[in-house]
Amino acid sequence: MNGFSASSPRWRLKTPSVLPGFGLTLGFSLAYLTLIILIPLSGLVWRTASLSAPEFLAILADPRTLNALKISFGTALAAALINVVFGCVVTWVIVRYDFPGRRIVDALVDLPFALPTAVAGISLAALYAPNGWIGHILGLAGIKAAFNPTGIVIALVFIGLPFVVRTVQPVMEELDREVEEAAATLGANRLQTIGRILLPGLAPAILTGFALSFARGVGEYGSVIFIAGNIPYVSEIAPLLIVIRLEEFNYAAATAIATIMLCISFAMLLVINLIQTWSRRRYGHGA
Amino acid sequence: MAHDPATRRLRPPTTEAPFARYALMAIAFLFLALFLLLPLAAVFIEAFRKGAGEFLAAFGDPDTIAAIRLTLLVAAIAVPLNLVFGVAAAWAIAKFEFKGKAFLTTLIDLPFSVSPVISGLVYVLLFGSGSLLGPWLRSYGIEILFAVPGIVLATVFVTFPFVARELIPLMQEQGNGDEEAALSLGASGWQTFRHVTLPNIKWGLLYGVLLCNARAMGEFGAVSVVSGHIRGLTNTMPLHVEILYNEYNFVAAFAVASLLAALALVTLLVKTLLEFHYGAEIAAGRKH
Repeated sequence: MNGFSASSPRWRLKTPSVLPGFGLTLGFSLAYLTLIILIPLSGLVWRTASLSAPEFLAILADPRTLNALKISFGTALAAALINVVFGCVVTWVIVRYDFPGRRIVDALVDLPFALPTAVAGISLAALYAPNGWIGHILGLAGIKAAFNPTGIVIALVFIGLPFVVRTVQPVMEELDREVEEAAATLGANRLQTIGRILLPGLAPAILTGFALSFARGVGEYGSVIFIAGNIPYVSEIAPLLIVIRLEEFNYAAATAIATIMLCISFAMLLVINLIQTWSRRRYGHGA
Repeated sequence: MAHDPATRRLRPPTTEAPFARYALMAIAFLFLALFLLLPLAAVFIEAFRKGAGEFLAAFGDPDTIAAIRLTLLVAAIAVPLNLVFGVAAAWAIAKFEFKGKAFLTTLIDLPFSVSPVISGLVYVLLFGSGSLLGPWLRSYGIEILFAVPGIVLATVFVTFPFVARELIPLMQEQGNGDEEAALSLGASGWQTFRHVTLPNIKWGLLYGVLLCNARAMGEFGAVSVVSGHIRGLTNTMPLHVEILYNEYNFVAAFAVASLLAALALVTLLVKTLLEFHYGAEIAAGRKH
């Protein structure tokens, strides 16, 4: 819907331009990127490559590693699913309804981006612990919400919510009302319109939000460790296990776990990208 | 308005029945209250649980003051570095067409998809005792790990994309027309940037710096891995919060945390004001 910029269709290393500073800015950017990001990350790859295959597999097959990975990916998945459902409701309310304080609610959604994770961590732990305000009420209902995987999910819901809302919001704002009117005039009820007309158009954005929320949840550390209880095999997340291995100076194990985490995350992002491309082609909606 | 029977009967086909509307709003508000509002409020309530005296006493601790000072120092180095990088990268990427541009943009976003703990880990591997670089630097008396340089590096890593990511779509949207006009009128490259580009991007730039700073001051995972947790020396504010909390010194932990929460609130406030007043100028890129 935006106009295309009138750039030259020709492709060399660089399309000629009258603007100066290309060499300087690109050179500086590449040098800085290499120093800060690429060299350190390739150190991780190099360190992993120097592990022998049996060594690597032994670390991976360690039940503590397997459990930590299972807990990290499992809780992140649960939290991302919760965030998709409630994130869409929150987005719908912010985009479609007019109520006093709408702007404040909209701004509040960004809180997890701005609030340091450690602050969120101790605050959530204080609230959801058995003697906390919410934890006490949940305890009466027999629900233990902290120092177990449920606590991890709560922290990850907090962290992941803005990813879903901020990805879905712009697409929802641009939904064409005429399509909804057409559906209504053709006799669809509201639920049918939402489920069969609006949802398919929103699907790529929802999927992206899910993926971002999930990816963030897998790697999250600061907000989780206070509420998780960190019991090995039960509520110990993979990033924490990396920290523990580092503190034991077991660099090999820390590196191997980190590499596995990165590989699984990248693979999932790739799959989700492919699904998105497919669904964009099918529904003709960008996200 | 929604209670009015006349409008109810003539409800437009593109909205829900009032009952469904109120139910959805109730669900959304309850969810936001449980997961966002209460945790935010709890920070301040816990900090003042034993009165303002205890709250203020937390800031008399020299270790707390050292942590605040270190956090300010780290942000003061990391944010300008990423600011310069962000502007340079955005100039190259937004103003020129070159091969590998999409790949470069992806690389810039890379730190966002890496766990903070792994961001710290890569520097431990690079400068730790088992590496080539660490012992060599140490023989010259340069400490990176478990010292301020390591903390700065880890912070630069995690806050790397913030400014660039705000500026690239914004500058792409604005195009090259203004700069080309300035150059054709005889302005030098620097004059063009200073008097034409900079005023165009200043609010987007401020927006990016704001987010970058919030993350730099609040980063926990990456910094935790490289800091070594030496009280009074390599403890930033978030790390100090953790230590106080683990010592069951809850009032002091939440007092320091409330300072960080206040920073988050100011960030959100300025961000919202920027979006409100200069929305068109900064939000251009966010709807891609």
